[in-house]
Amino acid sequence: MQVVEQTAAGESQNPELLAGLRQQFGDRIQAEQATCDGIATLWIDRLHIKDLLHTLKRETTPVFEMLFDITAIDERLRTHREGQPASEFTVVYHLMSFSGNCDFRVKVPLMDSDLNTPSVIDLWSSANWYEREAWDMFGINFEGHPNLCRILSPPTWQGHPLRKEHPARATEMEPFSMDDEQTQIEQQGLLFKPEDWGMQRKSETSEYMFLNLGPNHPSVHGAFRIALQLDGEVVVDAVPDIGYHHRGAEKMGERQTWHSFIPYTDRIDYLGGVMNNLPYVMAVEKMAGITVPPRAQTIRVMLAEMFRLCSHLLFYGTFAQDVGQGSPIFYMFVERERIFNIIESICGARMHPGWFRIGGVAQDLPNGWDKLIHELLDFMPPRLDEYDSMVLNNGILKRRTQGVGVYGTEEAFDWGVTGAGLRAAGMEWDFRKQRPYSGYENFDFDIPIAVNGDCYDRCAIRVEEMRQSLRIIKQCVDNMPGGHYKSDHPLTTPPRKEKTQQDIETLINHFLSVSWGPVIPPNEATVAIEAAKGVNSYYLVSDGSTTSYRTRIRTPTFAHLQQIPAMGRGFMVADLIAIVAAIDFVMADVDR
Amino acid sequence: MFTLQVGSIFTIILVLAVVIVVAAMLIWVERRLLSFWQERLGPNRVGWFGLLQVVADMVKIFNKEDWIPRFADRFSFVLAPAIIMTVVLLSFAVIPFAPNIGVVDSNVGVLFVLAMASLGAYSVMLGGLSSDNKYALLGSLRCAAQMVSYEVFMGISLLGVVALSGSFNLRVIVEAQADGWYVIPQFVGFVIFLIAGIAESHRLPFDLPEAEGEIAAGYHAEYGGIKFGMFFVAEYVGLVLVSSLITVLFFGGWLGPAFLPPIVWFSAKAFTFIAFFILLRAAIPRPRYDQLMNFGWLFLLPVSLVNLLVTGAIILSTQ
Repeated sequence: MQVVEQTAAGESQNPELLAGLRQQFGDRIQAEQATCDGIATLWIDRLHIKDLLHTLKRETTPVFEMLFDITAIDERLRTHREGQPASEFTVVYHLMSFSGNCDFRVKVPLMDSDLNTPSVIDLWSSANWYEREAWDMFGINFEGHPNLCRILSPPTWQGHPLRKEHPARATEMEPFSMDDEQTQIEQQGLLFKPEDWGMQRKSETSEYMFLNLGPNHPSVHGAFRIALQLDGEVVVDAVPDIGYHHRGAEKMGERQTWHSFIPYTDRIDYLGGVMNNLPYVMAVEKMAGITVPPRAQTIRVMLAEMFRLCSHLLFYGTFAQDVGQGSPIFYMFVERERIFNIIESICGARMHPGWFRIGGVAQDLPNGWDKLIHELLDFMPPRLDEYDSMVLNNGILKRRTQGVGVYGTEEAFDWGVTGAGLRAAGMEWDFRKQRPYSGYENFDFDIPIAVNGDCYDRCAIRVEEMRQSLRIIKQCVDNMPGGHYKSDHPLTTPPRKEKTQQDIETLINHFLSVSWGPVIPPNEATVAIEAAKGVNSYYLVSDGSTTSYRTRIRTPTFAHLQQIPAMGRGFMVADLIAIVAAIDFVMADVDR
Repeated sequence: MFTLQVGSIFTIILVLAVVIVVAAMLIWVERRLLSFWQERLGPNRVGWFGLLQVVADMVKIFNKEDWIPRFADRFSFVLAPAIIMTVVLLSFAVIPFAPNIGVVDSNVGVLFVLAMASLGAYSVMLGGLSSDNKYALLGSLRCAAQMVSYEVFMGISLLGVVALSGSFNLRVIVEAQADGWYVIPQFVGFVIFLIAGIAESHRLPFDLPEAEGEIAAGYHAEYGGIKFGMFFVAEYVGLVLVSSLITVLFFGGWLGPAFLPPIVWFSAKAFTFIAFFILLRAAIPRPRYDQLMNFGWLFLLPVSLVNLLVTGAIILSTQ
C-alpha cells in the first residue's frame, strides 16, 4: 500500500514579505518551497545567506527578531524532493517574528565535498550552540565560529551521528569496550582548558580559580557542567558544558515508526509528560491532514495543563531549595502526587503516559474521571496562596533573587529565550494566546508578565501560570465536549476499534497500521507549542515512508542554558545557583 | 584571680556521655521534627519510632573505610575533625547544668566558652585547606570570615549580661537571675547572641560554609567515615552548646518552680531552643555570603555596641 501523495501546501503566512524579498534578492533565491505548515521557506546559496538573514532581522516588515533554530538535513537518501535545489546536506534556519507573529524558514543547500557555510553568530548570539550542534551531528563547518567543537557527543566521538550512514543501534556497531588507555583518553577529553574559550588564567592582580560546577552537583538538576572562572567568589566567566544526557532522540525518530516514536517524546522533557507528545502528534497530523475531534483536543489540553502544573510545582520547590529553603519542595510533592493520581487514573501511567495518538488520544476518559479533578481544584488554590507567603514573600528569598540575572527583551531575542523567561522580561507572548492550538482559543485565561526580568520574576510568573492552568482545567471539566476521542481519518493510529473489522478494506488498513505503522505523505511541518519550560517544537520531514526522514526537536532549555554566562558574569557563585534554578530545565530536555 | 573548682571524675564522665548521646540523638530528633513539619514521615523503621536509626547510622559510619585522599595534607586533614570535637566538648566543662551538676566552676567561664568557639574556626579552616579541593577551599574561606566576624558580636552581646551579674562565672550568672531572667533587660543582647550562635554552629540559615546547594558540602566535601561523623556530631554538640548557653545566660539556667527538679528545667529550656533552631532550618532560605557579612558588620555590630553602652549607662545611673 503506497499512500504517497503530496498533501495540500498550506497558504503562506505573508505573501507581501515574500514578494518584497523576491524583488530584492531576485535570482539569488534558488527556490521557494511550499510546506503544509504554511511557513515561508526560501532556498538560497550560502554566499548570500548572511545578507538574507540580515535583511530579515533588520529591514523587512515584519522583522524577525529571534533565531529560533538552526539545524540540518542529510538529504542524500531522501526521495520526493520535487522542486527543491540539489543538495546533500541542507542547513535550515528557522526565524521567528514577534512583531508580525509569523515564522520564516531559510534553507542553504550544501554538497558533501564542500560542507562550509558562514557562521551567523554576529547576527544572533544563540547561533553559537546551534551551529556547534549542526557540526557535531552532521559535520557542517560554520566558517567564522569561535570554537566549533562537539557539544552533545563526547569530544572523542568518531563520525557525525545524524548522518544517514551512522549506525542508529548499538547492535550495528562493534561491541563496546573501554580499556585503561581509552579511559585516559576520554578523561583527558573532559579536561577544561580555559585557553580554548579565550579565557585568561590570571589577571594583573590575581590568579583565577577554575571550578567545575558539575557534572554532578546538587544544583545543576541532572548531569550538567558549568566550568566557572572565579575571582574569589565572583564569577568572571562561565562555560556551560552539556551532552551528558544525550540519548540521540532525533536519531531514534528516524528509526521508529511515526506511531512508536510517541513514547520517546515523553522522555524529552521528562517533567512534561504528555505535553511532549502534543507538538509531535500535531506535526504528524498536519502532514497527514487529520482534523482532531473537539473532545480529543480538550482532553489533550486538560492533560497538558496538568503536566504544566506538575512541572511548575517541581520548579517552584527546587527553586526554593536552591536558595536554601528546604521545606517547600516537600509540600509541593504532595500536590504533584495528587495530580499524578489523576493522570494515572486517566492514562494508566504517572510521569510518562505516552497517551496521545496520531489523530486523538489512546482511550476515552474513564467513568467518574472528574471527581478527583474537582478535589484538586478545591485543594490547590489555598495551598498556592500559602506557598506565596512562604516562598515569594520571604524577605531573604527576595534579597537573593531580585536584581539577579537580569535581562531585557532584546537579550531574550538574541539568546532565543522563550516561555516564562521571555514573559518575565516584559514580553507578553504565549503560544496558547498568540497562535492557539488544540482549541486553546476557546479557553478564558490570562498571560502573566513581569517587567524586571530577574530570577524572582521568572519564579513569580510560573506561580501565576499555575493558577491560570487551574482555570483552564476547570473549564475543561465544566465543558468537556462529547463525541469521539479519535479522528475518523484513515491515518489515525491505531484506528478506533469499530472502524477496524468491518470489511476487508478496514481489516487491511488496521493490519498495516499496526504492523508497519502509518505511511505519512511526503511533506515538512514545524509545530510549536507553549510547553512548561518554553516553546517546544518538532520539525518533521516525511518522504512518504513509515518512519520520519528527519525529526528535529527544538527544546527551549537548550537555548536557555546557553545564556548562563551572559546572565551570570559579575555575580557570585550563590547568585549563579539562583540564576540556574530560575531557568527551569531538565537535562533530558537540553540534550535530547 | 583565676579560680577553678573541678567536679568528680564521675560527673565528668557523666556529662561527657550525656552530651554525646544527646547530640547523636538530635540527629534523629531533627530528622523527625523536620519531616513532621514537611508532611512526611522521616526515619521510623529502626527500633521504636525509628529511635535506633542513629545507632544504625553510627554502626555504619564506624565501619566505613577510613579514607584520606592522596592529594590531602594528612596531618591537618586528620587533626581538623579532632579539633572541632574537642573544643565543643571542652566548652561544656563550664556549663552549670544544675546546682550540683557541672564539671568545672570557673570565674572566667564566659571567656573560656568564647575562646573555645574561636578555636573551632581553626578546625573548619584546616579541614577545608588540607582537603586540597576547590569547594572545600571556598567553604573554609567563607567559614573563616563568618566565624571570625560573628564571634565579635557574640562576645559583645554577652557583655550586658556580664555587667548585670558582675561576674564571668556562669554559675553566678544563673544565680543572679533568681529575681528575673536576663532575657528581659537584655532582650537585644539575647537576639544578637541567638543569631551569632546559629552562625557559630553554622546551621541554616547560616550554613554557608557547607551550603550543599552551592558549594556541595563545602569544607567537609572530602571527608568520609568516622571523620565526617565527627564533623557531623560536632555540629549537633555545638547546637546543644549554644542552646545551653542561651538557657544559662538569658533564661535562668536551672531556675524554675520547684515542682520539677532543676536539671529538668534546664533540659526543657535547652530543648526548646534546639527545636527552634530546627524549625529555622525548615523555614528560612539561605542569605548570600556578602549579605550575611553586611548584616553582621553594618547592623549587628552597631546594635550590640549600643546595647552595651545603654546597659552600662543604666547600671551606672542606678548605683
